[in-house]
Amino acid sequence: MTGLELPVALFLLINLVVALVAAGRGPTPADRMLTALLFGSTGVGMLVLLAQAMHLPALVDVALTLALLAAIAGVAFVRRAWHGGVHDERGN
Amino acid sequence: MSAVTDYASAFFLVVGAFFYCAGTVGLLRFPDVYARLHALTKADNLGLGCVLAGLAVQAESLVIALKLLLIWPLGLAASAAVSYAIAHRADTLGLVPWRKGDR
Repeated sequence: MTGLELPVALFLLINLVVALVAAGRGPTPADRMLTALLFGSTGVGMLVLLAQAMHLPALVDVALTLALLAAIAGVAFVRRAWHGGVHDERGN
Repeated sequence: MSAVTDYASAFFLVVGAFFYCAGTVGLLRFPDVYARLHALTKADNLGLGCVLAGLAVQAESLVIALKLLLIWPLGLAASAAVSYAIAHRADTLGLVPWRKGDR
């Protein structure tokens, strides 16, 4: 344990909060979905760091599940949800 | 734990944090869906790989290190599949890629 785990995890959390701006901005539905995928990959990193810093090995399994869920959510979005809306809500 | 593994771990963690940051900046700054896919699926997964390597270096046993390192191929395969699906769908729906000089 180097003592860097928690600061790096906090930094990743700040990254996620900043990425919410991108989710709000859009403009296409896919852009919002990309933020959800970012939550997946960054969340995996955060969970692994927390597992090491807090000596909770079970969090590694949570990270694995989150990685799988993000992938399934992305594929489900493409196959089921995104049927239009190429042009953004502002009309250009 | 020796100082060498400590330094290697710290190095990998900092590099990983940098690549995560690059991915987020790319998501905010790039002009269209296709470009943002690059930032998300490449930079972020490199950051994930670096963080996992940094933690695997300081793991107590080989089994734990291997388990940590197995998350990375899963993330790579998942993001490759999802990015292909999204880009293909965007192309099918007629989303035109951004070119230099637009906007």
